[in-house]
Amino acid sequence: MTKELLNKKDIERILSRMAHEIVEKNKGTSNLCIVGIQRGGVHLAERLSKKIKEIEDRDIQVGSLDIAFYRDDLSIRKEQPTVRQTSVPFEITDKKVVLVDDVLFTGRSIRAAMDALMDFGRPAQIQLAVLLDRGHRELPIRADYVGKNIPTSRAESVEVQLEEDGLEDAVLIVSPEKDA
Amino acid sequence: MKIIIKNGRIIDPSQDMDGIGDIHIENGKITKIVVRRNGETEKRRAGKTEGPNGKSVEGNAEGHSVAESPRQREIDAAGLFVMPGLIDMHTHLREPGFEYKETIKTGTAAAVKGGFTAVCAMPNTNPVNDNSSVTDFIIRKAIQEGACTVYPIGAITRGQKGEELAEMGIMFGEGCVAFSDDGRPVMNSQIMRRALEYSRSFNVPIISHCEDLNLSEGGVMNEGLLSVTLGLRGIPAEAEETMIARDIALAGLARGRLHIAHVSTRGSVRLVREAKERGMDITAETCPHYFSAGEKAVLGYNTNAKVNPPLRTEEDMEAIKLGLKDGTIDVIATDHAPHHRDEKLMEFDHAPFGISGLETALGLSLRLVEEGVLTVGQLVKKMALNPARILGLNKGTLRSGSDADITIVDLKKEFSVKAEEFASKGKNTPFDGWILKGTPVLTMCKGKIYE
Amino acid sequence: MLKDLVGIKDISKGDIESVLDTASSFKDVLKRDIKKVPALRGKTAVNLFFEPSTRTRTSFELAEKRLSLDVVNIAATTSSLVKGESLIDTALNVQALGADFIIIRHPSSGSPHLLSRHVRASVINAGDGINEHPTQALLDAFTIKEKMGGIEGLSIAIVGDILHSRVAKSNSYLLTKFGAEVRLIGPPTLVPRDLESLGVKVFHDMEGGLRDVDVVMMLRIQMERQDKGFFPSTLEYSRYWGLTAERLLKAKKEAIVMHPGPMNRGVEIASEIADSERSVILDQVTNGLAVRMAVMYLLGGVRE
Repeated sequence: MTKELLNKKDIERILSRMAHEIVEKNKGTSNLCIVGIQRGGVHLAERLSKKIKEIEDRDIQVGSLDIAFYRDDLSIRKEQPTVRQTSVPFEITDKKVVLVDDVLFTGRSIRAAMDALMDFGRPAQIQLAVLLDRGHRELPIRADYVGKNIPTSRAESVEVQLEEDGLEDAVLIVSPEKDA
Repeated sequence: MKIIIKNGRIIDPSQDMDGIGDIHIENGKITKIVVRRNGETEKRRAGKTEGPNGKSVEGNAEGHSVAESPRQREIDAAGLFVMPGLIDMHTHLREPGFEYKETIKTGTAAAVKGGFTAVCAMPNTNPVNDNSSVTDFIIRKAIQEGACTVYPIGAITRGQKGEELAEMGIMFGEGCVAFSDDGRPVMNSQIMRRALEYSRSFNVPIISHCEDLNLSEGGVMNEGLLSVTLGLRGIPAEAEETMIARDIALAGLARGRLHIAHVSTRGSVRLVREAKERGMDITAETCPHYFSAGEKAVLGYNTNAKVNPPLRTEEDMEAIKLGLKDGTIDVIATDHAPHHRDEKLMEFDHAPFGISGLETALGLSLRLVEEGVLTVGQLVKKMALNPARILGLNKGTLRSGSDADITIVDLKKEFSVKAEEFASKGKNTPFDGWILKGTPVLTMCKGKIYE
Repeated sequence: MLKDLVGIKDISKGDIESVLDTASSFKDVLKRDIKKVPALRGKTAVNLFFEPSTRTRTSFELAEKRLSLDVVNIAATTSSLVKGESLIDTALNVQALGADFIIIRHPSSGSPHLLSRHVRASVINAGDGINEHPTQALLDAFTIKEKMGGIEGLSIAIVGDILHSRVAKSNSYLLTKFGAEVRLIGPPTLVPRDLESLGVKVFHDMEGGLRDVDVVMMLRIQMERQDKGFFPSTLEYSRYWGLTAERLLKAKKEAIVMHPGPMNRGVEIASEIADSERSVILDQVTNGLAVRMAVMYLLGGVRE
């Protein structure tokens, strides 16, 4: 069973609010950069940077991070990993980095992303922005900016569809079919 | 003890015999052979067999029953083929010296399981059978432990080194039936000429392993596209053919008796055919693997398909079959070459050449009958009568008075080749898992029965 | 993807593409200050080399270290193999010590295939006899793609001792899979005619073979072939099949020159070519690292 949790308008509003929160918390954009985690986080990072520019009228550097080489589940994965682009074409040492991901779940991807980021330099601070927090954390990780908290069961899956991938913006929650 | 093999289809090319009848055996000899009906007509009466008194009885094609009494034993061979015991004129028994690969005891056990009642032991043992004491050892050991008759083949040259002639005459006196440096060709043409000349004194054949060692150097499989794509060094067909051409020429010069071992290529068949057409007194053999499996058997670096000469192409296999059909190739021999499993469990380059062949030879050869290449009678000729004639043995026949060497075969009975269950110590076969049709159900060596 | 990489011949174009794509991510990693990722942390690689090799072994070893693998090197001269231990026993011992990857170089063709049937570890062929050298072909393909933008439609000449070259064979399989025209050039003693049925063209003269090619791949000529009568002397070899500036004029203007190394300067390749702008020989070395990391990373993940 599939249920639509957020529509295009909802996502738009949430991202606007998050952009404001980021600017507010960091008192502007100085020394700030955004890095999106492949895949969903990259598009959201781009959108947040645009919104921040609308607010502050300043360009903000955006990078993308693929965490495949930093994952801790290599030997238990069932499928071949696809390695996507990592592009952090700017110095991150002494910067405030806002890591962006679509869904915060166990926290393991964020752990991997932080390790990956550390290999690029020594940021002054790492902050975390996620569109959705669905709970079930396995590591002591907490987001600084949360679009929406959604209670889920582990069996459910959360799908974030974005226009950049050729789909209508939406967040769907898919429950496994129950036997009658 | 008296034995009667009843109602079998008796095939004996030495008497042009193909008929339903009985064979009487006493004291290890055939005493009487009674044929009632032509075998070919019998073939058409599917399913039913007529009893000896014209009374119709149900056919018993599936098996044979044995009625026993202390003094007489009756073997019911209805529905089965009864033929002279097969003779393998090319066997490696490995004893003395390589008992971990095979012994006279295990090799002959494999032989009788495969329907053979006599095997000819190649001399590449350690020490080499290049002197009469080794010959004597083999014969004595075979009498003590062997399941069937063993005829030693002596080395042509001392130590098979291709340099000086071995004492052929003394070995002949001791019981060697032929001479060969099998495994190693006699590269020196002068020595080969002398061997072909000198052996005439005893009227024994020289069995030649034809391979130009310079051309085949380092080779481990047939040379061609497949060897290139597997990255394995090739042995060209010409390494065999140039030596066959040389040996035919030398046999003409020396007027000796040349028998060419394990013919594997189309060109070789052509050379032998031409020589025979010119009236030369030469004979040739091939082995079941050369018409049953092609070079592709080595794919995956299967060392059990590593054999010398190597498995060749489809065209070569067809030419071998044609050579068997038109009589160019006289003999099907096994070149039974058992090896220890550890030796074959190695890099392809390092694994030894050879196939353990005694227990699959008949089944593989019977496929030729199925395909219409040979009749059962022609097959028996190539696996019993011709070897006996070439080697001058009073064998390969069911004539009364001869040794009771008899093989009973169920042509309809299929069996699955299971290398692990071989009586031979050598489990090295590329035919493991093949389903073959035609099982030797009983082998009798001089009256002694193996079932 | 498979458990092992024993050759190019029997793997799919898709598998090769996946290695090349992943390799480009690793190439980015190699450009960073910290050139190491924790991808295979806790796993162990054993480099089992039965033939002397400095460059391939070093490349594998560095690739392994940059994937955070623990690395053990075993060279034939110090191994028990010289004491008569069988290859399978050696490999099983290595596996019993906990190897997840066995990288093998061996003078007998098919040795990696033999191992792959007997060990659970991932077996990577680092060159077997005169059969294949799959990671070399992958790094060559990566280099060609990087320099020429793609492989399909290119004319690529491979020059030298094709008969004994595992590099030539792996490259021929790979490049034809990707739709390149492959020309094999060398004396008839060293270029088997049979290969034409694999979809490559055979030339025995440089002038004809190099005409309008996009890539010239030179092979190392082994001095010991001279003793076996494959050619009379290296001097004569070099006169007919050596790459000189003049001969390179036959190729396209933008053609690149490759060599798997180590080079015999002045024999199969003139120094002025080897050191010229056209030469991508050192790029091949760098790319080898990224490609080998990609192979191990991709093989390292999947277990049944």
